Amino acid sequence: MSFRFADHPIDTAAARAELLDPGAGGFVTFEGWVRDFNEGREVTALEYEAFQTLAVKEGARIVAEASVRFPLSHALCIHRVGRLALTDMAVWVGVCATHRGEAFDACRFIIDAVKHRVPIWKKEHYRNGDSGWVNCEACAAAPSHDHGAAHAHGHEPNAA
Amino acid sequence: MTDHRDPSSEALQQAGSARPPVFGLVLAGGLSSRMQRDKATLEYRGKRQLERAVELAAEYLPEVFVSVRTAQTADPSRARYPLIVDSVPGEGPIVGIRSALAARPDVAWLVLACDLPFLSRAALSQLLAERDPTASATAFRSAHDGLPEPLCAIWEPKSAAELAAYQAVDGRCPRKFLMRHGAKILEPGDRRALDNINTPDEYREALRSFDGKDSAPVQLKIQYYALMREQAGRSDETLDTTASTPADLYSELKARYGFTLSREQLKVAVNSEFASWTHKLAAGDSVVFIPPVAGG
Repeated sequence: MSFRFADHPIDTAAARAELLDPGAGGFVTFEGWVRDFNEGREVTALEYEAFQTLAVKEGARIVAEASVRFPLSHALCIHRVGRLALTDMAVWVGVCATHRGEAFDACRFIIDAVKHRVPIWKKEHYRNGDSGWVNCEACAAAPSHDHGAAHAHGHEPNAA
Repeated sequence: MTDHRDPSSEALQQAGSARPPVFGLVLAGGLSSRMQRDKATLEYRGKRQLERAVELAAEYLPEVFVSVRTAQTADPSRARYPLIVDSVPGEGPIVGIRSALAARPDVAWLVLACDLPFLSRAALSQLLAERDPTASATAFRSAHDGLPEPLCAIWEPKSAAELAAYQAVDGRCPRKFLMRHGAKILEPGDRRALDNINTPDEYREALRSFDGKDSAPVQLKIQYYALMREQAGRSDETLDTTASTPADLYSELKARYGFTLSREQLKVAVNSEFASWTHKLAAGDSVVFIPPVAGG
């Protein structure tokens, strides 16, 4: 399985072991961590939710596309769901290939595509007790995705 | 707190602040002159449109009547329903509306033309939810000309006297009446619901858009995630709907739950695979609306 979800901390050593291959000379990983700020707001925790049946299909398609674009040996992406605290790992991507260049490129391709295409949602909890779904509530107020002042409109749908 | 035996409080309720019940009135007294055949009996998906309109209204309203001219009372496609026969002089739908208001002065009437093949539960839900009983009427703004639509509207008891005065002096157009008198005008969530069908060409086009599918509402499973789960107040539901595409379904659900995201911001999945907004839905399909994603 090249893409899967975990509802517990990701075991990176076990994930790395799944990718071991005598033909691979380079191994690249990306870890996404929970950060304490986003768009100027202090974040205290994140909640991830996924439409898992479609998400694992789309994730597997992304990995398959990566292996068509880049001559890689193996790739694996594991994404967390549930509530995460600061510094927790939200996502892990591991890629091995004959040479390091393809491994770096494929790893970057996979994490970028996962963020844009896989039906996973993230709710941020803020220091002031507020919370919001990333990319939804701010953009419902500003469909043009005008970062900055527009996001201060809050959560009113028809602010524009 | 309220003593129902106190005659003065009953009098107060009747005098003003009461919210009269809503009955349904499906208009089937038209001459169908442009269609060149009786519009009430036109069929979509195997069901006469008069029958469909009455059944749809009956899902929401305690009593539904069909408005007819005196000459139509024995017509078999109409006589099977409770009828309100025109009782005031004149021509056009204003006569049917006034006759209903005269027959039951204590109720408001949700008046429906019988020739609205795209009329949806979403439209009826919205009309009833956003009704203003202090206005003369509550009506949708037409998506075509921006004017109020009198034949998918709730007419309050107080409009009876105003309509009588209007008809006596100004004429017979209920749309103009709504523009001049204090009607509450709603922006329709389901813009297609009010498309009426007047000519054989329009009928053929409407038939094509139904694609010959079965008339019965289909049962769909809907799952909600993230912001949409919170706004719907549930993670899933099973729904009987006449929506034939994800686009129609989203209009219906947006009107029901007040989703803040526009369709343009969403993707949709049918049976756990991405689908187009015009995908034809079938019974048992499982539908998920996908708000903007934010993995990683």
